[in-house]
Amino acid sequence: MYQAIVFLPLLGAILAGMIALAGARARFPGKGPAAGGEDHATDHGPHHGGPGVHGGGVIHSSHHEAEEHEPAAVGSRTAELITTTLLLICMILSWIAFVDVGFAHHDMRVPVFTWMAAGDLRVEWSLRIDTLTAVMLVVVNTVSAFVHLYSIGYMHEDPYRPRFFSYLSFFTFAMLMLVTADNLVQLFFGWEGVGLASYLLIGFWYHKPEANAAAIKAFIVNRVGDFGFALGIFAVFMLTGAIDFETIFAQAPSLTGKTINFFGWQADALTLTCLFLFMGAMGKSAQFLLHTWLPDAMEGPTPVSALIHAATMVTAGVFMVARLSPLFELAPNAQAFVTLIGATTAIFAATIGLVQNDIKRIVAYSTCSQLGYMFVAMGVGAYSVGMFHLFTHAFFKALLFLGSGSVIHAMHHEQDIRHMGGLKDRIPYTYIVMIVGTLALTGFPLTAGYFSKDAIIEAAYVGKNPLALYAFICTVAAALLTSFYSWRLIFKTFHGEPHDRQHWKDAHESPMVMLIPLGFLAFGSVFAGLPFKEIFAGHGVEGFFRESLTFAKSNTVLEDMHHVPLQIGILPTVMMALGFVIAWQFYIRRPDIPVELARQHDWLYRFLLNKWYFDELYDLIFVRPTKWIGRELWKKGDGWLIDGFGPDGVSARVLDVTRNVVRLQTGYLYHYAFAMLIGAAAFITWFMFAVR
Amino acid sequence: MTIGLGHYLSVAAILFTLGIFGIFLNRKNVIIILMSIELILLAVNINLVAFSTHLGDITGQIYALLVLTVAAAEAAIGLAILVVYYRNRGSIAVEDINLMKG
Repeated sequence: MYQAIVFLPLLGAILAGMIALAGARARFPGKGPAAGGEDHATDHGPHHGGPGVHGGGVIHSSHHEAEEHEPAAVGSRTAELITTTLLLICMILSWIAFVDVGFAHHDMRVPVFTWMAAGDLRVEWSLRIDTLTAVMLVVVNTVSAFVHLYSIGYMHEDPYRPRFFSYLSFFTFAMLMLVTADNLVQLFFGWEGVGLASYLLIGFWYHKPEANAAAIKAFIVNRVGDFGFALGIFAVFMLTGAIDFETIFAQAPSLTGKTINFFGWQADALTLTCLFLFMGAMGKSAQFLLHTWLPDAMEGPTPVSALIHAATMVTAGVFMVARLSPLFELAPNAQAFVTLIGATTAIFAATIGLVQNDIKRIVAYSTCSQLGYMFVAMGVGAYSVGMFHLFTHAFFKALLFLGSGSVIHAMHHEQDIRHMGGLKDRIPYTYIVMIVGTLALTGFPLTAGYFSKDAIIEAAYVGKNPLALYAFICTVAAALLTSFYSWRLIFKTFHGEPHDRQHWKDAHESPMVMLIPLGFLAFGSVFAGLPFKEIFAGHGVEGFFRESLTFAKSNTVLEDMHHVPLQIGILPTVMMALGFVIAWQFYIRRPDIPVELARQHDWLYRFLLNKWYFDELYDLIFVRPTKWIGRELWKKGDGWLIDGFGPDGVSARVLDVTRNVVRLQTGYLYHYAFAMLIGAAAFITWFMFAVR
Repeated sequence: MTIGLGHYLSVAAILFTLGIFGIFLNRKNVIIILMSIELILLAVNINLVAFSTHLGDITGQIYALLVLTVAAAEAAIGLAILVVYYRNRGSIAVEDINLMKG
């Protein structure tokens, strides 16, 4: 069953990929033997043109004018159906696995094959199925299945659907590989696989320069994190001589107090290793300092943002820290650092989210902020609580993204909330699910987000970590900001006067195939909290997670959480309500206030609007110097030095010599004769005097 | 004063030198080059005959006859080439004959 869960998406990806290749060949027949390809295109063309479910007969403006009349690739429908069906099967199997592992305690290790064996390094390929993995399986496959389904509607006018679905399924496979990894190398394989899929999907509309730039940026920023991650894996291997989790965790307690020499600095081995590993998590989960790629990644299609950049891939870092909890538990300094970064990200991303105008970017910064929450939970040692938030967040953030996608779809690819407004009458269903998502995100009582978010804030309050107080303050403040910007999004999009009457009039509800996933996710956003509260954040943690998470003896966060004062317990809810009221005041009753505020605090507004000038800062610190070095090396190092003294120099000297030699060849017979004579004379002279 | 070997050799050397200079210093005419070559061959012949009589060996004189034959043939061929060349190019000035220029 577990092989099926992991490899069915791969099968789907391969099949869809083959369809995409066949389609590409039919489209560009000159490139290879494509006999009959054209016939297929005409056979299938009308069939794809008018799928009955996309009723209304509304003609959408395409993303790209040039593409508007391009026919869909051959077999688009087949590719969609194959991948989506396989993912739905995976989703069902995952839920079965969730129950089987979580409640029936059937942990498993499914060996697949030996990947490589070189000296001491033995890398097995096997699936480690414990509760942590089961939770991730559920999250990944559920969201992925719904996103596949949703994409059928969202992408229906895109001519390259087989490729899109192939990538989506490939991503799912890589993510499953990541969460089922039994050793660090396998984890790294999945890690890089999702990175690749992310790159491909962000740059899916590769004729858009911004999409290409965003894809490259995401890839490069992630490489920074992965560099640290790789170093972390090396450090683990150096310390324990193994890379499989079983051995590492067994040896971890004996490593405390060990030091390793790091550039002449005797660093605590575990702390350093954990910091390196966390660097990978920072990159993948878009944490403070390595967050810059996530908002730009919104250039990709919206379902991609929902799946990869909200629900699954970006939570890989959180999962990794949870998976390595036996190491992190032994490195309190690293934990403090995790808390610091998490808390900073939570508040930092929330402040930026306040003033952004692109609907997807607001949600993206919200994701960033919520990931910060999860890392706060990880940092204070409440791993299961972090996983809880990951679990609930996947539902409501995927919902918010897909809802935004529905809005964008309705508005003909308009993403700026300043151009929206009043949409609640035009797209009521989307409006309702967006409200549900927002309630869950802001932590309205009894929604999914309420339980997980409050649990994190309580955990931060009782955490023994030196930075727990800071984290508590940050997360509470971020709760206020979250509520504010989420409601701002809702009010600006759905309430008030329409800013663009033509678009408003043309706005239309999305097709059923998009609304069904929204409905399911909305259901999850509401009900993923209460039933799971006990097993993630209550007394059932021990029995549910068992040995998949490790809590040190001194780690009593989960116990203490139940004894926080009432004021602290209701603080997030108060913040949520306050944020709502402020947003109401600002955007419904007195829309002039925010304008006035922005005018009065112009520098602050600009600072936030420009995302704390991080892009500019990085441009100044890293990009420009790198470009400068590159240009210098190119012009001076390569052009002047190597070419100058190398090939170009040699050829120039040869030319000089030949030019002079050419001048010797006057073409006059007597000159040659003279040379001959001199030669003959010299030869004879030599013959007379030297030889003998 | 008796005419000895040295005189013959001197004359031969002068003729040879004249021939050489005739080739190099000549800017005008390819015929002069042919004549100069004849001159050089002549100098060689004088040397051969002079040494032949001096050493009492007939081989040198026979060789001189051979050289004369070769020279005659060479002159004939050279002039023939020259005529053909003139027909093709309309000039036999040495300055113009520079097809081998690099």
